[in-house]
Amino acid sequence: MTAISRAGGAGGGSGGRGHGSRVVRRFVGRLPLRAAVILITVAWSLPTAGLLISSFRPANDIRTTGWWDALLHPFEAATQWTLANYEAVLSADGMAGAFINSLVVTIPSVVIPITMAAYAAYAFAWIRFPGRSLLFAVVVGLLVVPLQMSLVPVLRMYSAVDLNGTFLGVWLAHTGFGLPLAIFLLYNYISQLPVDLFESAAIDGASHFQVFRRIVVPLSVPALASFAILQFLWIWNDLLIALVYLGTTEAVAVMPAQLNELVGTRGEAWHILTAGAFVTMVVPLLVFLGLQRYFVRGIVAGSVKG
Amino acid sequence: MAPPASGLNRRRLALGAGRLALAAAIAAAVFVGLGLVRDPDGPANLYAFLLDLLGQSTVAAGLRDDGIDPLHAKLTIMVIALAIGVGGVWALFAGLNSLVDLLGQTWSRRIRPYMFIGPAVFMLLVYLVVPAVATIVASFTEKGAPEKTWGYVLTSPEMWMAFRNNLIWMVVGTAGSVGIGLAVAALFDRIKREALAKVFIFLPLAISMVGASVIWRFMYAWQPEGETQIGLVNAAWTALGNEPVALMQVSSPPVNTMALIVIMIWLQTGFAMVILSAALKGVPSEVLEAARSDGANERQVFFRIVLPMIRGTLIAVATTVSIAILKVFDIVYVMTGGRFETEVIANRMFTEMFQFRNFGRASAIAVVLFVAVVPIMYVNIRNLRRQGIGK
Repeated sequence: MTAISRAGGAGGGSGGRGHGSRVVRRFVGRLPLRAAVILITVAWSLPTAGLLISSFRPANDIRTTGWWDALLHPFEAATQWTLANYEAVLSADGMAGAFINSLVVTIPSVVIPITMAAYAAYAFAWIRFPGRSLLFAVVVGLLVVPLQMSLVPVLRMYSAVDLNGTFLGVWLAHTGFGLPLAIFLLYNYISQLPVDLFESAAIDGASHFQVFRRIVVPLSVPALASFAILQFLWIWNDLLIALVYLGTTEAVAVMPAQLNELVGTRGEAWHILTAGAFVTMVVPLLVFLGLQRYFVRGIVAGSVKG
Repeated sequence: MAPPASGLNRRRLALGAGRLALAAAIAAAVFVGLGLVRDPDGPANLYAFLLDLLGQSTVAAGLRDDGIDPLHAKLTIMVIALAIGVGGVWALFAGLNSLVDLLGQTWSRRIRPYMFIGPAVFMLLVYLVVPAVATIVASFTEKGAPEKTWGYVLTSPEMWMAFRNNLIWMVVGTAGSVGIGLAVAALFDRIKREALAKVFIFLPLAISMVGASVIWRFMYAWQPEGETQIGLVNAAWTALGNEPVALMQVSSPPVNTMALIVIMIWLQTGFAMVILSAALKGVPSEVLEAARSDGANERQVFFRIVLPMIRGTLIAVATTVSIAILKVFDIVYVMTGGRFETEVIANRMFTEMFQFRNFGRASAIAVVLFVAVVPIMYVNIRNLRRQGIGK
C-alpha cells in the first residue's frame, strides 16, 4: 500500500517534471526542423517579395537602395510608397491593353479545346464505333510531340490564309496544341463514370447529345475545372506561341510578350519592370489562392504533358 | 423508318431544322464578328452602325471620323471575341448535331460518333499530325538541305553550345527540382502547418516564366563595385566581402547557365514537392513502424524503405520535369537571348525561325527536340505502365 502510494506519488511527481522537460526537449529537438522550414519558405518567397515591395517604391529609391531598406522604416508612407509605377506601366507602357489582349486570347483558348475535348472524350469512352481504339491511341501518342514540331508549318499555313497576328489564329493554335492532354485527362475521368447512368439514360430513350449535355457535363465539373485551370495558366503565361502567331504590336500583344518588350526597351527601369511583372502575375495568383484544390489537382493530373 | 413514328420524326426534324437555322445564324454572326475583331476600327464602326440604326447619324459620323478611345475599343473587341469563341464552338456542335439528325436513324447512328470526335480529330490533324510530318520533310528538303540544315545542326559551334547547355540544364535542373522537392516534402511532412508552408513553395508555379525572369533579373541586378547593390544576390555576395558579379552580362561559362537554372528550380520545385508529398503520405505507416521496431534509424527508414517505395513516382516526376526543362525557352529568351554562352536548343530554333527566317534549320532543330523527348517519354510511359496507370 505505502509502496504503491509512494511509487504513485513519486511517479506522479517525476511524471510532471518529466512531462515538462519532455515538452522542452521536444521543442528544442524540433528547433532545427522548424528553423529549416522557416528558412526554406523565406528563401522561396524572397524573390517575389522583393518584386512586390519594389513595385510600390519610387523609381529613385529602387535605383539607389536595396528593397529591404524599405522594411527598416515601413511607415514613412508618404515618401516611401507610391502607386505611380502602376499608373505608368498600365497607361504609357501599354500593360492595360495587354491585359485585355491576354483575356481575349485566353478565355476562348480555354473554352474551345475543353468543349471539343469533352465531346471527343465522351465518344471515345462510351460510344462504340469503328476505328475507336486506333484513333484514341493516336491522340494519346500525340502527347509526345513537342509543339516546336508544329511551329514552322503552322506559321506557313497562317501566312497562306492570312491568319498571322489574329486572335482567331492564336485561339485555334492553342486549341490544337492543348487537345491531346485535354482529351486524355477528360477521357480518364469520363470513362470512370458509373455504367448504370448510361444504361438507364439509354432505356429512357435519351440521345447521345442529351446524355452528354445533361449527364456527362454536369458530372464532370471537377475534371473540367482542373483542366480549365491548367490550360488557363499555360495560355496566360505563354510567351512562345504568342510571339510566333500574334506578335508584339500594341493591338494584339499579350502580357508576357509586352513584359518581354519592356525588359528589352526599359531594362534598367526597375520601377516599370517590377510593377509590370506583378500586373502579369495578379490573375494567376488569385486563381491559385482561390481555387487551390482544383489548381493542385490540375497540376498533378497534367504532369504527363509532353 | 416505320410509319407510326413519322409524326414524332417530323417533329424531331422540325426541331432539328430550327436548331440548324439558329446555329447557321450564329455561325454568320461569328463570321461578321471575326471581321470586327481583326479590324482596329471595327468597334468604332460597329457603334456607328448601331447609332445609325437608332437614327443618330451625326453622332455616328463623328465616331467614324474620330474613332473611339482605344481602351474602350479593346473592351468591345473582348466582348465580341468572347461571344465568338464561346458561341462559335456551341454553334459548331449544335449545328453538326442537327445536321446528323436530318440523316435519318440508321445513318445518324453511324455518323454521330464521328461528329463528336470530328472537330477534335480535325484540329489534331491540322495542328499536330500534318505539321509534324511536314517539319521532318522540310528538314531534309528545304533549300540547301541536308548540309545547311542537318549539317549545321550537327556540326556548328552554336548548336554544340546549345547541346552542352541543355545537358547541364537537364542534369542540374532536374536533380535540383526533384531533390529539393523531395527534401521539402519529407521535411514539411513532419510539421503541423504543412499546408501553409507548402503554399510558399508552390506559389511560383502560378508565375509565368517571363514574370519569373523579371523577378530573378532583379535578384541578380548588378552595380559596379563601391555602389549600393540593389539585387539581393549581389548584396549578400558583397556583404561577405566579395566583388559583385555581373551575371548575364559577360561570358563566364558555367555561371550564367547555372544562374538561369536556379530560376527553373525555383519554379519547378513546387511541382515535384506536391506530387512527392502525396506519394510519401501513401507509404503505409505500419511498414515504417515495423522497420523502426526492428531497430532501423530514421535515415535508414527513409533511404531503405521510403525511397524504394516511391521510386515510381520519383521517376514520373523526374521525367516530366526533364521534358519541361529540355524544351526551356522563355527564361533564356528573356534573360540573355542566348548570348553569353547560355544558348539552348529551343531558343536556337526560335532565333533561326524568327530572326533569320531559316525554316529548314528551324525544322531540323525541332526534330532534334522531338528525338530527344522520345526516350524520356518512353521511360515515363514504361514506368507508368509498371505502376498500372494508363493501361
